[in-house]
Amino acid sequence: MKTRIFAGLFFSLIIAGMNFTAFGQESEGTVTGKEKGESESVFDASTFIMEHIADSHEWHLLTKKDGESVAIYLPVILYSREKGIDLFSSKKLAHGNTYKGYKLEEEGDLKGTIVNIKEDGTVDEESFPLDFSITKTIVGLLFSAIIGLLLFIGLGRSYKKTGISHPKGMQSFLEPLILFIRDDIAIANIGEHKYEKYMPYLLTVFFFILLNNLMGLIPFPPPFGANVTGNIAVTFVLAFFTFIITQFSGNKNYWKHVFATPGVPLWLLPVMIPVELIGIISKPFALMIRLFANITAGHIIVLSLVALIFIFDTVWVSPVSIMFVIFMDCLELLVAFLQAYVFTLLSALFISLAVQEHH
Amino acid sequence: MVLLAGSLTTPAIGTIFWTTLIFGLFFFLLSKFAWKPILSAVKARDEMIKGSLKSAEKAREEMLKLQSDNEAILRKAREEREEILKEARDVRDKLVAEAKGKASQEAEKLMEKARAAIESEKLKAISEIREQVALLSVEIASKLLGEQLKQTGEQEKLINSYLKEIDFKKN
Repeated sequence: MKTRIFAGLFFSLIIAGMNFTAFGQESEGTVTGKEKGESESVFDASTFIMEHIADSHEWHLLTKKDGESVAIYLPVILYSREKGIDLFSSKKLAHGNTYKGYKLEEEGDLKGTIVNIKEDGTVDEESFPLDFSITKTIVGLLFSAIIGLLLFIGLGRSYKKTGISHPKGMQSFLEPLILFIRDDIAIANIGEHKYEKYMPYLLTVFFFILLNNLMGLIPFPPPFGANVTGNIAVTFVLAFFTFIITQFSGNKNYWKHVFATPGVPLWLLPVMIPVELIGIISKPFALMIRLFANITAGHIIVLSLVALIFIFDTVWVSPVSIMFVIFMDCLELLVAFLQAYVFTLLSALFISLAVQEHH
Repeated sequence: MVLLAGSLTTPAIGTIFWTTLIFGLFFFLLSKFAWKPILSAVKARDEMIKGSLKSAEKAREEMLKLQSDNEAILRKAREEREEILKEARDVRDKLVAEAKGKASQEAEKLMEKARAAIESEKLKAISEIREQVALLSVEIASKLLGEQLKQTGEQEKLINSYLKEIDFKKN
């Protein structure tokens, strides 16, 4: 368990490090990108992939031959202390247009962020508006939540109707999953006496991740195909929920283990307490990174295989690409279930560490 | 690829806000309207199954107990019957023996009485016979002696003394 946590921490540090180096390399990358941009016909696979997996203010559908793109323009909601709340369609900011002193950056460090434009026409590097826009990720999230609500509230109603008779219809499909989470995740980890309190959260988080993973696998049309669980903010929120629930269910033993680890000499505690605190943070941190990295990686691989067709610029590559994409999609289907399971399992495990009676 | 790595690994505040809101609401609504009825129904079903299994087990045990009880009762009844029969047989034997004893006693008594009666009758008969014989012999003697002999007290005494001398038992 400990080794896994430290491994998670280690990898997260590496990723954070990569993050910084990425910033370092960006200026260089931009230049080459611009150079390439001059000769229009060259296909840039990394831009193609990143535009698909990154969050966006518009839902890009297709680009016509003349370069005009067809997209669903999503609402932009901005807040800044000076300007207050602003709500408008992202169409106003399309193609680098400036609207109400806002501009959607299309190049450089701030690509994809909405910035303030100063009166002399330059970007205000000091203050940025807070972006509460309904982005592609949020739309995907919203739709999966609606589908989930319809599905499970309907299921709850049907249970009220059928009472304690055998499962029927949708019940027989979803009940095994629910029982699996109850028996093999909640009871197996948290224990017979305390699991009931955590069942709603575990079930919610499992089906939420699963639904979003599955919806992300369906490439078209919107609201499918958004990289929701591959968005670090989404996984951050999910991991944060687990973190909060874990800390709030921590009993005496748990906190004693953190602040006065049994069997550790007193003089070592100044070292042990920070280590334990890092352990507390690194557990949900690993959850966040794991889900994000797995789902994003899946999307990147599928998109790379599609991009092969355009890189080779021949339709004859497509059979190979399609075969690989089908294979990857099957794998991703497994990963969708697996990651939902792993997230739920580890959440249950962390909760169980916080509620267990004796060590 | 490197270009957007920064925006990929940096959580956006707006996305965090909306995700928290949506997930929180999702969590709340599902807990209230989905998981509660589903889990309680599943639990009720589990409990019902457990309960019925337990009661079935109990019923089976009870049946076994009843069966063994039945057997015990049967055995006891059989034993009782044996005993009653034996008792009856004893009573009958005793009664029979008693009856037999009484009957033979009665018979003995009757025989005794009969014998006594016979004896007395015999004695009576003998004395009568003796009288008759005396009279007859007197008549015969008178006839034989003719009518000279008068029937006096002297004569009668004589006859009686003769008669006494005759021992009937000898003939």
